[in-house]
Amino acid sequence: MSRYSVWQVLKNGFTGQTGWSRVWRDPEPKPHYDVIVIGGGGHGLATAYYLARNHGIRNAAVIERGWIGGGNVGRNTTIVRSNYMIPGNTEFYEFSVKLWEQLSHELNYNVMFSQRGQLSLFHSPAGRDAAARRANIMRSNGIDAELLTRDQVRSRVPHLDFSDSARFPIHGAVLQRRAGTARHDAVAWGYARAADRLGVDILQNCEVTGFIREAGRVVGVETARGEIRADRIGLAVAGSTSHVARLAGLDNLPIESHKLQAFVSEPLKPLLDMVVAFAGVGGGHGYISQSDKGGMVFGGDLDLYPSYAQKGNLPVVEEVAAMARMLMPCLGRVRLLRHWAGIMDMSMDGSPFICRTPIDGLYLNAGWCYGGFKATPASGWCFAHTIANQAPHDLNARFTLDRYAAGLAIDEKGAGPTPKAH
Amino acid sequence: MLRIPCPYCGERDHSEFSYGGPADLVYPDIDCDEMEAWSEAVYCRDNPRGPQRELWHHLQGCRLWMVVERDTLTHEIAGAQPVQAALKPILGSGS
Repeated sequence: MSRYSVWQVLKNGFTGQTGWSRVWRDPEPKPHYDVIVIGGGGHGLATAYYLARNHGIRNAAVIERGWIGGGNVGRNTTIVRSNYMIPGNTEFYEFSVKLWEQLSHELNYNVMFSQRGQLSLFHSPAGRDAAARRANIMRSNGIDAELLTRDQVRSRVPHLDFSDSARFPIHGAVLQRRAGTARHDAVAWGYARAADRLGVDILQNCEVTGFIREAGRVVGVETARGEIRADRIGLAVAGSTSHVARLAGLDNLPIESHKLQAFVSEPLKPLLDMVVAFAGVGGGHGYISQSDKGGMVFGGDLDLYPSYAQKGNLPVVEEVAAMARMLMPCLGRVRLLRHWAGIMDMSMDGSPFICRTPIDGLYLNAGWCYGGFKATPASGWCFAHTIANQAPHDLNARFTLDRYAAGLAIDEKGAGPTPKAH
Repeated sequence: MLRIPCPYCGERDHSEFSYGGPADLVYPDIDCDEMEAWSEAVYCRDNPRGPQRELWHHLQGCRLWMVVERDTLTHEIAGAQPVQAALKPILGSGS
């Protein structure tokens, strides 16, 4: 399989595009691997790639129930940022942004990471205090952040609602210039191709139906394509974590599954060249950006009741449309093109898990709440490290399952143990 | 829209209700000092993919707390009944 380059593009331009080959293989499962990663989403594929690249574990497989990239990695609003405040999260998400900055070169696949910047608006003097605190914490951790005044925000995005009658008057914003968006499918495909080139088997249509246990240890999985054994098994199935973990005998995880909807409008001419986020007023929450195809991509809050159904419900459509209209009145007559829902692992403090489990041989990557897409590279990096070394990387040492019992919750929002509130 | 059969008001849109968590959570006795039992009750969830008994509050209606049987995969609702046992014979069950 050839490396993508400008010469390949030129050569194939002159030869009728006949020189392109299949991007990854479609192998039969082997009876045994060193490591199996369950879940062919962004995190699972990234984990497999870094297992092979960083730790030389090439006898590995990713097994996926449907097709790769069909879950949450294809169901988000593609925003990448690192504006976190709490030890554990701050350095982890910043490491992720640094990996994003090199990702297209690293994978030899254009993930279209566009550092267009994110504006997090605030709407009151108290909001300014909170925003300044956040920006200062970010800067003291070496993360870029700037506090903008109302006029500075207005000069960047003049079509936000700056009128006297605005429901939530804009007092300013925190700008993170290095934040941005990426092409979600390309992330899954890029990691899949790069992992495959290092020898990792990607097994699709391969639902896990059970785990093989021997002497307490997990030693393999039963799948739709037969029994597959492995020395170590990583679980990266956010959304369905409780369900799949239960098959392995791991019950009662600190996770509730909720659905989060996202929306895209009909394509418009260039209108918004940044990500704009609105949060924290009366519990309202929203984020909006414009895709390369011109669609306005936006989302809001959860449907607020547990669900495994990947379909949205109407009250949230109305609520999020109202939010978008409130932020940018010029969107009032724009039509909605599509909306979709992904299933979130909502953890009890809003922070994830990358850790060993009480079951020998089983490793867990879960609990990503709203934050999974931006975390993809760092999550894969750290999960691979945890599986390969049977011990966590410094960056994920706090993301354990037993942190609640120890009183070490990483509660960025301070919302307490209510999963839907994070 | 989910349609929840409130035992008092009849079938209503779920946007009138507020979700209140799983119905069968059991907390330890108040003087229990085993931290593991508390942490299990406060933080851990069964989180089934399928039928679940859960609490809903008819916040913008009669304000009754009720136990709703709902499937988390299909969103099908099998029924609802008031949380307080004493109200059952008076209100019956929604269906």
